Amino acid sequence: MARTAVRRRLTWQVATVTSLTRETDSVRTIGLQPPDWPGHRAGQHLDVRLTAEDGYTAEREYSIASAPGEPVAITVERLDDGEVSPYLTGELRAGDELELRGPVGGYFIWEPGDGGPLFLVAGGSGIVPLRAILRHRQRTGSCVPACLLYSARSWEDVIYRGELDQYHDGVEVIYTLTRSQPPGWTGHTGRVDAALLGQVAWPAAAGPLAYICGPTSFVETVAAGLVGLGYPPERVKTERFGATGGR
Amino acid sequence: MDALDGNAIAGVLHEVFGAEMTTATGTCGTCGASSLVAQLIVYLQAPGVVVRCPACGSVLMVLVQAHNMTCVDTNGLASLS
Repeated sequence: MARTAVRRRLTWQVATVTSLTRETDSVRTIGLQPPDWPGHRAGQHLDVRLTAEDGYTAEREYSIASAPGEPVAITVERLDDGEVSPYLTGELRAGDELELRGPVGGYFIWEPGDGGPLFLVAGGSGIVPLRAILRHRQRTGSCVPACLLYSARSWEDVIYRGELDQYHDGVEVIYTLTRSQPPGWTGHTGRVDAALLGQVAWPAAAGPLAYICGPTSFVETVAAGLVGLGYPPERVKTERFGATGGR
Repeated sequence: MDALDGNAIAGVLHEVFGAEMTTATGTCGTCGASSLVAQLIVYLQAPGVVVRCPACGSVLMVLVQAHNMTCVDTNGLASLS
């Protein structure tokens, strides 16, 4: 029972990097083994802190990519002018140590009891917490129908493609590729807009629960579109990230 | 620079207040609007973190971290619960 849990002080700890998995050219999933982990919920984050030799520190918040009960993992996209992500995606090796604290956050969370149907909308690496939600749904045997609308620049930029391909039972995955499409692509193209949402989102009458994660302008467009379709604002959960906001 | 939201400062708020705060409700001292902390507007790249009201844009909180200390100015908040 989360509500009755003893209040836990949030402290920095040194985790061991257990694995690095290439997701796309610029994205890596980092498996982590923190010494003291109380367990996390689907959609929570953790903070990573890098410290330079001169004591300068940089902190970033990343969504946890794994489901509750699975080993902790984050998925990080390299930002070429970033301070933290080039190190995490390019320099870090299995066996290295990484300072982190978490889990944090309690808003962008899904539990099977929250119901649905689920409408998950990802912009780029905004897929990460939604992947944790889909895995949690799968692992708990939830029958809540789920639809994932995933906007990526190109087919090569789709993170977790192999895993998302394997969903069938009760999960529909819809892509839109905004910048380039592979030859013969028959799926959606262009940015998510009200017209596409009207076409693919659960009707408001079904009582859907929406989670939107992506860059700020993406999140605001999608949230406004869903409210325009009649989704109650409190059933539209949003999480924005930016170039300095991690993820 | 894009504005983010309160989810982006879950960690530092937890550190400062000793509890998960993004599901707390903040009330703007200027316009009276109440919002979940997760839905407040957050600028990470100001000199410090600036948190604004999504309804009227007023500054609700400023957090500055230096020398392992976090200073929090909550002058713009009528309440946080």
